[in-house]
Amino acid sequence: MHKGQYRFVAGFLLAPVSLYLIFVIWPYIQTIGYSLTDWKGQSQTFKFIGLDNYKALFQDDVFMQAIWHNILFLIFIPVITILLALFFAFMLNAGGRSRAGGVRGVAGSQVYKIVYFFPQVLSLAIVAVLFNAVYRSDGGGLLNGFLIKLGLVDAENPMEWLNEPNLVLWMLVIAVVWHGVGFYLVLFSAAMQSIPRDIYEAALIDGAGRNQSFFRITLPLLWDTVQTAWVYLGIVAMDMFVLVSSMTQNMGAYGGGPDHHSDVMSTVMMRNFQYFGKSGYACAMGVVMLLLTLVLSVVMLRATRRDRVEF
Amino acid sequence: MSAPIKETAAVPAQRTTGTAPARPGSERSEGVVLNAFSHGFLALWALLIVLPLLWLVLSSFKTDAQIGGSAFGWPQHWSLGVFGRAWDKGIGDYFLNTVIVLVFSVPLTMLLGSMAAYVLARYQFWGNRFLYFFFVAGAMFPVFLALVPLFFMVKRLDMLNTYQGLILVYVAYSMPFTVFFMHAFFRTLPTAVFEAAVLDGASHTRTFFQVMLPMAKPGLISVGIFNTLGQWNQFILPTVLMQPQSGDDPERYVLTQGLIQLQQQMGYASDLPVLFAGVTIAMIPMLVVYLSFQRQVQAGLTSATLK
Repeated sequence: MHKGQYRFVAGFLLAPVSLYLIFVIWPYIQTIGYSLTDWKGQSQTFKFIGLDNYKALFQDDVFMQAIWHNILFLIFIPVITILLALFFAFMLNAGGRSRAGGVRGVAGSQVYKIVYFFPQVLSLAIVAVLFNAVYRSDGGGLLNGFLIKLGLVDAENPMEWLNEPNLVLWMLVIAVVWHGVGFYLVLFSAAMQSIPRDIYEAALIDGAGRNQSFFRITLPLLWDTVQTAWVYLGIVAMDMFVLVSSMTQNMGAYGGGPDHHSDVMSTVMMRNFQYFGKSGYACAMGVVMLLLTLVLSVVMLRATRRDRVEF
Repeated sequence: MSAPIKETAAVPAQRTTGTAPARPGSERSEGVVLNAFSHGFLALWALLIVLPLLWLVLSSFKTDAQIGGSAFGWPQHWSLGVFGRAWDKGIGDYFLNTVIVLVFSVPLTMLLGSMAAYVLARYQFWGNRFLYFFFVAGAMFPVFLALVPLFFMVKRLDMLNTYQGLILVYVAYSMPFTVFFMHAFFRTLPTAVFEAAVLDGASHTRTFFQVMLPMAKPGLISVGIFNTLGQWNQFILPTVLMQPQSGDDPERYVLTQGLIQLQQQMGYASDLPVLFAGVTIAMIPMLVVYLSFQRQVQAGLTSATLK
């Protein structure tokens, strides 16, 4: 390579690499270092305390409970979202009059897609405000109002959806699923349409029914896409900061109520960092989040591994 | 081997008549039932998306007492004044702040991201693979891992609660995905055009800006949409970085942060219509942009994820 070429390469890389180093990579590395100190954030002095933060973490009931909530989210958010999205994508593509089970959409499938996808362009902050209004604890909430009309909820004593320890996580799951299904539906739908028609025709000749062609053809050929969706939903489930911090009762700051029943790792971490000022401790939580993310991605990739089908 | 040939010949005929070979009658009625069934479910979910949103917009015309009273009340008077109040209560500022940040952060993300991706995709040099993984690895780590040191880093640079601070952080955190996607895109572009440009005596920089970048336009649009939506909807970074640092430091909240702030204030002030009007204002540009570029948005977001 010529000298000029080197200069060109270096010139193009300088700005992106330095920005990325300063604001992303260096803080990542620093977090690991700070997690071994008793740093409070206000002063620049801190002591090295080894793994004490981590030991404290595993005795911190709030944080352990938060990990458990993240795990519940990690199971239910992807499963429900993917099943619903697959179901609707199949309905959109195969419910139509097409005989070969999976190519032509139902009438108006484009309109459905436009509507379903819309929540995805809204910010989670908007979703939080919307669902707070829907879940209002008096008759003015859409959910309570509707159930009162049906006679399922007593008008004198409506449900406090976000204050029920056993319900609050599910209420958050509903909001996430509402937000996400459309996106995965469009994703799956595009993948379904790219499956060549002759495969369905061949199956039809062999006497396969609609269900058989879905489970034996569509699903295996969609597997890569489902796997991608799983990873993306896993990231959503590990985060959950916006909804928990702005929809649930404050445990000091950043939601998590009632009585920490909806706390997740991100809200506990932010509370320790900004409200209690325990920076070193919060860094240890960040590291635990990273480790869990890595473990989970390995597990997910292993568990969902299939032979790739080329077509 | 002769039987399959005969059967494939039957397929087009079967398609045109619309009857399946094995069970002609049952297949057709099954289709009708399935069709009604699928339309039922599809319509139900569409209603579950649209009705709550419409209900929220409608609620901004109600009074606070009405909102607390019954979910199904109808607004008494249709006054648009509430939108003006929401704008003055902060939505206008939040809107402006978000736009100021994005006007700089999105183009800068695209420029720096494609520069890095281009060099990594098209030039052989020592450390190339390492740098590529260095960029892409960032996408795997949760942003929470960096938050605490990031806050103090931005503080040391004296950029807390400033536009330039948030812009630089947005650009940095959009790098992994932008580089990853554009890298894949630049690899697919034909080398012949590049060689022709070099033969014609264009410099490397000029080749990039005048030949390669215009060719990468479809990729740039996809990633651009992805980054615009991602940065517009970002919440955790502004929550940490955009807090007033002292009494006379003005609030520079972005829209997402501002809406949550407004939710708290209006809850205390018993003026929920203002909050709902604020949300409506925040939704309108998304709705307009989405409906006008619906195909590109869907394609951009989904292809961006699938790469």
